[in-house]
Amino acid sequence: MAVVAEVPVEKWVGQVHEVRLGGNGRREVVVGGETTLPFLRFEGALPHPPVVAIEVRDREPRDWPAPLSGAWGDALKDPGAWAKKATQFGAEIICLRLASAHPEEGDTGADQARRVVETVLGAVDLPLIILGPEVPAKDNEVLVAASEVARGQRVALGPCVEKNYRTIAAACLADGHVAIAKTPIEINLAKQLNILLLDLGLSPDQVLVDPSTGALGYGLEYSYSVMERLRLAGLTGDKMTAMPMFNTVGEETWRQKESRAAGGMPPSWGEWEERALLWEEITAIGLLHAGSDIVVLRHPRSVEKVKRAIQALSGK
Amino acid sequence: MPLTGIEIYKHLPKTNCKECSFPTCLAFAMKVAQKAVPITQCPYLSPEARAALEAAARPPIHLVTIGADKRKIEVGNEVVMFRHEKTFYHPPGIVVRLKDTTPVEELKRRAQEIASYQVERVGMKLGLDGLALENASGDPSALARALEAVDGQGDLPLVLMAGPGALAQVLEKVAPRRPLLYAATRDNWEAMAELALKYKCPLAVAEPSGLEALAGQVEKISQKGVEDIVLDPGARDFASSLVTLTQIRRLALKKNFRPLGHPVITFPGEGAKDQEEEALLAAQQVAKYAGVIVLDRFSPSLAYPLLALRLNIYTDPQKPIQVQPGVYQLGAPKEASPLCVTTNFSLTYFSIAGELESSGFPSWLLVCDTEGLSVLTAWAAGKFDAARIAKTVKEFKAGETVSHHSLILPGKVAVLKGELEEELPGWQVLVGPPEAMDIGGFLKQHWKN
Repeated sequence: MAVVAEVPVEKWVGQVHEVRLGGNGRREVVVGGETTLPFLRFEGALPHPPVVAIEVRDREPRDWPAPLSGAWGDALKDPGAWAKKATQFGAEIICLRLASAHPEEGDTGADQARRVVETVLGAVDLPLIILGPEVPAKDNEVLVAASEVARGQRVALGPCVEKNYRTIAAACLADGHVAIAKTPIEINLAKQLNILLLDLGLSPDQVLVDPSTGALGYGLEYSYSVMERLRLAGLTGDKMTAMPMFNTVGEETWRQKESRAAGGMPPSWGEWEERALLWEEITAIGLLHAGSDIVVLRHPRSVEKVKRAIQALSGK
Repeated sequence: MPLTGIEIYKHLPKTNCKECSFPTCLAFAMKVAQKAVPITQCPYLSPEARAALEAAARPPIHLVTIGADKRKIEVGNEVVMFRHEKTFYHPPGIVVRLKDTTPVEELKRRAQEIASYQVERVGMKLGLDGLALENASGDPSALARALEAVDGQGDLPLVLMAGPGALAQVLEKVAPRRPLLYAATRDNWEAMAELALKYKCPLAVAEPSGLEALAGQVEKISQKGVEDIVLDPGARDFASSLVTLTQIRRLALKKNFRPLGHPVITFPGEGAKDQEEEALLAAQQVAKYAGVIVLDRFSPSLAYPLLALRLNIYTDPQKPIQVQPGVYQLGAPKEASPLCVTTNFSLTYFSIAGELESSGFPSWLLVCDTEGLSVLTAWAAGKFDAARIAKTVKEFKAGETVSHHSLILPGKVAVLKGELEEELPGWQVLVGPPEAMDIGGFLKQHWKN
């Protein structure tokens, strides 16, 4: 007796916008373009598998736990060397955080931002994502400077937030960059900010969505479900939610206790380094299955493992 | 898929005899659809109609129970593809495979280790769910010895991975514990189905050559009378596991396709090249539709993040998750360390806890019971006011925890400062920043250690 099982295939009408970074002599990375849910190749196209970016900071991080700082060594002291090493470790994009512009972290300004962006652009040929310190006034100052230096290199600049998006969006318009629209884990706010950015004149292929990332055990489920909802809305035809998604996984996981605590933890937490790595990797795997197009990681081994999983899932 | 009143009505005698105590058959059908009365209240229901109605009322994914005592695994009976559509109800059982080729003492030790593994998160105790015992030796007496070895070591639910010959020799003794028998294949299915029936155990059906072949195999076994079935479609790697488990779930939920309306068992270790990769594949399967996950390797550093993920994915997205009220330590605070107060909405707690953790200031965090509401919402709803905060300070003896009697209030409820200082004589209330992410900077500026 033959049983017929007709697998339901969803006919999605929408497509995720394609966003290009780099080019013009620099390596080019395109994300987005999906016409189905993450990795479901039997019913739609996934022209560009998700990519892994490595986070580089403009000054040596003082508080990184040993399993993380040990993996990078002295490269942490120099953003150019760090970016080069990140390239060797398999980064597809360098995500440069201008941390020293934060009022508590040095309060550096436009000059320092220009220098660091120039250094990193000169050191590697990967595309760049440049993030400010997430203090609105300082973001405007350093991202505008970064935008000018990177003109023609099509970098992504962020965060653009609801209360502070005009200046950075204008810089993206003027210099041909991509804006990262960040909202606090809420689908309607994400959509609204996309609309505001497009009203200013950015085109849909100039916007990445940062839905805010909750680490494993620290709100991951909220990010996961908001991302699934955004992607479903995009695939069912809402163009204002059909932007590729971006997650700062490394930053969120390595600040949690499970990744930082050297000792004095219950034995059921297990060995520190393995736990910390899995905390980063599992957060990434979860969010990739919810629709992430770019995950930013910190540890080289996480980069290797997560890239292998993406390759296996994408058949590439 | 629940039936509508009209669909139920079609199966009724339509005589309006009123013996069911309702004026018409249609009125009765409407009540049945609301699950207010059972269908059996109609005395004239034909056996065919009754069978049809009962079949239609069955959940699209059969609920399977493995194990018999209170640590049993219950999986299946899911109703949605995405957790935000409703919720995921039955978290996958995470079990660890042991082999009967392992020396008895080692088996005992490992069974005990797995059974007693427990990790605590936000006031909840998380643990592993079972043991899979594989007859890797091929020798039935080795399986019996292994079972004896793990017996009494926590007595977790069991998955017995063996052929019908070896199972027949151990089931007499172990069947009351309701192990999952793994697995009926196209070669041994009749013997396995007989064992499952005779000993009333759930049965896994393994058929790797496609979903239709698997469905055909399940049909044959169901017709023998076995109801509690777990599927092994043979998908072992990242891509095939995601696609196959998604397709099985869709067939069950969207097409009400009975043969595949059962939970799925996965073996992430068989598709991974090392322990880390096994954990990542298991993570995918926690999120994407596994019912039982058989790990080949156990270590606390692997179990903890997987259990945390399962807790995340299987929380009810329609209910705010709450943290136990109380005083939490972030870092290793001393009595001179800062004391902050916040609400017990988990995301609020995690935001501020994460910031304090990485602020460089070991701190105390006092969590008030606001019924799972965030700071502003709780304030607006009158669940985070000066009286309630003061009560919490006293209830958890915060004044004995810190020497300084300063309390840092979330900036969004700065308005409570005056009233709170009246409620708490001897305390100084500091207004913190409105956003959690700025607490580190705030402490650096305003806190003198």
